[in-house]
Amino acid sequence: MEINLKEEEIEQIVQDVAALYGYDFSGYSKASLKRRLQRLLTLDNFHSFAEFRHKVTTDDGYIGRVVEEISVNVTEMLRDPSLYKVIREKIIPLLATYPFIRIWHAGCSTGEEVYSMAILLKEAGLLHKSLLYGTDINPTVLEKARKGIFPVSAMQQYSKNYIAAGGMADFSSYYTAHYSLAKFDESLSQKMVFSTHNLVSDFSFNSFQLIFCRNVLIYFDKPLQARVLDVFDSSLELFGFLVLGAKESLRFSPVVSRYRQIEGREKIWKKIA
Amino acid sequence: MEKNSLKHITKLVAIGGSAGSLQVLLRLFSQIPSGFSIPFLVVLHRNVQYESALEELLATRTALRVKEVEEKEKIQAGHVYICPPDYHVLVEKNHSFSLDYSEKVNFSRPSIDVVFKSAAEAYKSHLVALLLSGANADGATGLLHVRQHKGITVVQSPDEAEVSYMPQQAIQLVKPHYVLGFNDMVLFMQGLLLQGQAS
Repeated sequence: MEINLKEEEIEQIVQDVAALYGYDFSGYSKASLKRRLQRLLTLDNFHSFAEFRHKVTTDDGYIGRVVEEISVNVTEMLRDPSLYKVIREKIIPLLATYPFIRIWHAGCSTGEEVYSMAILLKEAGLLHKSLLYGTDINPTVLEKARKGIFPVSAMQQYSKNYIAAGGMADFSSYYTAHYSLAKFDESLSQKMVFSTHNLVSDFSFNSFQLIFCRNVLIYFDKPLQARVLDVFDSSLELFGFLVLGAKESLRFSPVVSRYRQIEGREKIWKKIA
Repeated sequence: MEKNSLKHITKLVAIGGSAGSLQVLLRLFSQIPSGFSIPFLVVLHRNVQYESALEELLATRTALRVKEVEEKEKIQAGHVYICPPDYHVLVEKNHSFSLDYSEKVNFSRPSIDVVFKSAAEAYKSHLVALLLSGANADGATGLLHVRQHKGITVVQSPDEAEVSYMPQQAIQLVKPHYVLGFNDMVLFMQGLLLQGQAS
């Protein structure tokens, strides 16, 4: 039987987690936060809210699990191939003019997007002078990202995405399959740095020409979205690019006046002032 | 609906469907009067490849404003909101939408269960949920949730549904308030409009 969490119970646990462990989920969209918590209660077999709260507040080894299950870690390589086609054709030639390329994948989860971008840079002959930063709130997913090992069952879809995104090589040349796993070439991961970073509370840590943050803002309320976009704005060089998820937009954000969406329907904004 | 008191005044109509539901949805909207002010939220299992076709198709059948759900958007009267492909849609307590790209539910994203459940919690007795034809059990659990939150549950008659599996699953699980054929569905919607005018 599913436990139906009450609003005040969710507030309670959000306060507990912030006070005890420093993770602040108060700016997360309420309905999705509730859904993630209910899911966790079911997965981990709690019979009441009190039992769950007891576990969270007394077992400091459990918080990792809570953070992991609240954050959504569904991702894929070259998701929305038309976006990557535009990046390949329009953005990468501009990046090529820089002596050193810095890219930030904020909320990168298990890193599929970072590997996607590394492949595009490698094919453009730019990977050697690039550094890709992948950050996430959740250290467990970053451990996976560092390894660059993904399920081999996903490769057929990724290969299709790769071709649709204008890829000319044989996608399977980028990984070695071993039973159910595919390990991506270390020449790709050599240029990656993975580190925890919490968009709710941490600040800018470098400047970049390209920032990806796809399907992360949808989980945040408006004030938190504004905060995060400020962090990106202060991390992005003039004439740099910000890439958002297919259903996300800068349109209603305070920083929008300094950005121009590139032509077409892709969610890519150029910083123009 | 004679027992309806003020607390049952409908403020959102959520419609879910899968295989075989598109035609009935289009026919239904062509019969809904243009002055219909209660907003609709439509969640259909659809192929990511045919992205905007549903909005365009529906817009040809109704004078109501048809648009895709945008994240954090406030729900407004006179609108028909369509769930975008490949995202879950959640209804917030303040009657706005959140999008969610988490795991598929019942092999589906958007999932009807996810929409119905969150809409039930946000709208309680002010929600009408209608489940149409489909070959998947998605929607049944959501409909149960609607019923538990005192919303009104309606299922397309399996005899009329192009694919009866989805309505049948819901009927077995929920015992919905109404099981309706197409003509009765139209009358039901017109009844909602009258109820709105009387309030």
